[in-house]
Amino acid sequence: MSIRVVRPGTLTSIQDLGRAGYQKFGISVGGAMDPFALRIANLLLGNEEGDAALEITMSGASLLFEEDATIALCGGDLSPQIDERPVPEWRPVRVRRGSTVQFGESRRGCRAYLSVAGGLDVPCVLGSRSTYLRAGIGGFGGRSLRAGDVLRFRGGTTRADAANRNWPRLPEGRPFVALPWSVSPDLLPEYGSRPLIRAMQGRQVAWFTEESCSQFFSAEFEVTASSDRMGYRLTGPRLTPVEPRELISEAVAAGTVQVPADGNPIILMADRATIGGYAKIAQVATVDLPVLAQTKPGDILRFKEISVEEAQNLYRLREDDIQRFKCGMRLRESTAC
Amino acid sequence: MHDDAAPQRNTKAEVTPLGDAAVVVQLGDRIDFETHLAVRSLAEVLEEHPPQGTVECTSAFTTLTLFYDPMRTSFEEIRAALERIVSTLDVSSEMPYRPVEIPVCYGGEFGPDLKFVAEHCRLSPEEVVEIHASGEYRTYMIGFAPGFPYLGGMSQRIETPRRPSPRLRVPAGSVGIAGLQTGVYPIETPGGWQIIGRTPLALFRPAENPPSLLRVGDVVRFRLIDREQFDAWREADR
Repeated sequence: MSIRVVRPGTLTSIQDLGRAGYQKFGISVGGAMDPFALRIANLLLGNEEGDAALEITMSGASLLFEEDATIALCGGDLSPQIDERPVPEWRPVRVRRGSTVQFGESRRGCRAYLSVAGGLDVPCVLGSRSTYLRAGIGGFGGRSLRAGDVLRFRGGTTRADAANRNWPRLPEGRPFVALPWSVSPDLLPEYGSRPLIRAMQGRQVAWFTEESCSQFFSAEFEVTASSDRMGYRLTGPRLTPVEPRELISEAVAAGTVQVPADGNPIILMADRATIGGYAKIAQVATVDLPVLAQTKPGDILRFKEISVEEAQNLYRLREDDIQRFKCGMRLRESTAC
Repeated sequence: MHDDAAPQRNTKAEVTPLGDAAVVVQLGDRIDFETHLAVRSLAEVLEEHPPQGTVECTSAFTTLTLFYDPMRTSFEEIRAALERIVSTLDVSSEMPYRPVEIPVCYGGEFGPDLKFVAEHCRLSPEEVVEIHASGEYRTYMIGFAPGFPYLGGMSQRIETPRRPSPRLRVPAGSVGIAGLQTGVYPIETPGGWQIIGRTPLALFRPAENPPSLLRVGDVVRFRLIDREQFDAWREADR
C-alpha cells in the first residue's frame, strides 16, 4: 500500500492536527496550516479526523499510486489532475494503481490536502505524525518529501474499509472515479485572495498609536514572499508604538499578530516558536485561520475587529457544522449510497 | 499596560485573553526570582488540577499561558477559575528544584565570540570562562527552539549585548550570552547570542519523555571540560 513521490513540488510534507502538550518544552504545535481542510479530507474517507495526510503547497507535486486507493483532495485548488484528467475536490475519489496525481497552477488558495483511506502510515513522534521541519522530527523522517520517497498507507481496518465496500467499483480502463456526492458548499470557509480576516485586540494593543490600531483594523495588507509555515509577513501602513518599549518574552498562539521594530506585522502560523518578544497588536480568530493559511504572496488581507466572545461563538458554530458533517458521513457509511 | 509601580505581591494577577483559545496570567512585570517562583507555583497547581477544558500550559518570565478548548469552556469560565486559583496561591521560596550539570568546552572553534565577550567586559577569556562556569543559573523559561533554556542569574561582569546581526547557523549545543541571560542552543538554528562554548549534551531529546533535558525551575551549573572530554561525552550521550 504505497504512494511514490515523483516530484515533491514547492513543498510537500506529512501533517496532522499537530503536537499538543509540549509547548512548555519549546516544541511547536505545528500540524496542518488549514486544519479544516485536513479534517474534512479525512472524514470524507471514514478516517479519524486527525489522521496524517499530505499538505501540498503551491504547485508542481506529482504522486504515483502503486496500489488502488481511495483519496480525497481538500483545501486549496491547485488544478489537480489524475493521468491528465481534472479531478474534483472535496469528495472521495477511487484511484487506480499506476495512476499519477499531479498538481499544476494554484487557482484558489495555496495548500491542498490529500488524504488516503486508512491514513498515511508514519511513526507517531511526541503524540503526532506531523512533520516538524525545524526540529527534524515527525512525518517522513522529519523532513519535507523528495522525489523517490515511498509513502505507505494503512490498509484500513474499520470504518474506512466499510466505506470502501459500499462505494462504486472503479470502471475498467479509467484511472479514477469520483464519487457522485461531495461536501456542501455551505460548509466551506470563504477561501479567496482578498479575504476579510476577523481578529481580536492583541495583548499589547494599547502600546500602539490610535492611528496604527485603527489602520490595522481598516487598511489593506499584502502577504509578502517571505511567508511560510512559521509566519506570514505583511506589508501595509507602518504600525508604530506610542513609545519604544521592550516586551518581556511571553507565549504566542496560532494567529498572533506581532509587530517588530520595522512596523510590518507578522502573523504567527502553525510552525511558530512557542514564545515571542514583539508586541502583539491583534490575534486572528481561530475560525479564520484556514482562510488565512490559504492566502499566498501578493494576496490582500483586511482585518475586522471582533470580541473574544464573538470569536468563540463563530468557532462553536463551525465545530457544530463539522460535527453534523461527521454524523452525516457515518450515516452514509452504514448504508449503501 | 503594566507600567505603574505594581505591588510585587504575587497573589495579584491579571488574566487577559490571548485570542479565543488561550489566556495569559501576568504575575509580575520584571524578570526576577520572585516572579519566577510565582509562575512556577501556578504552573504546578495547574498541572495537578487543570481547569476544565485545559489543553496545555506554558510558562515564561512573568506570565503563564493556558491554552484551552473553547468547545469545553469559555474565556469567562477560565478567567474565573484562574482568579480563584491565583488568590489562594501559595508561593514558597522553598520549592524543590532539580540540579542539572552541563559540561561545556569553552572558546576555540566552539566559542567564536569568547574573545569579543572578554574585550567587551575588559576581562581575559579565562576570566569570562571562570565566571560563567562558577555561576548557578535558574531555568526561567524554555522556548524559541525545542528545549532552549533561558537561564537567569548570570554575573553582570560578563553581561554582553547580542550580536548586531544574527548568525545564519548556530550549531547545536552552542552556549551563548545575550545581555544578562545565558542559554544553550539545542538544535542548529539562526541566532544572535554571543557564542562562548559548546556542550556535548543533547538538550532536545525527541525520543524521550519529557523531550527536553531541562524543565522550567531547574538549577543549572556549567562545568568546564576540554576537547578530549567533549568528544568522550558526545560518544557516551549518543
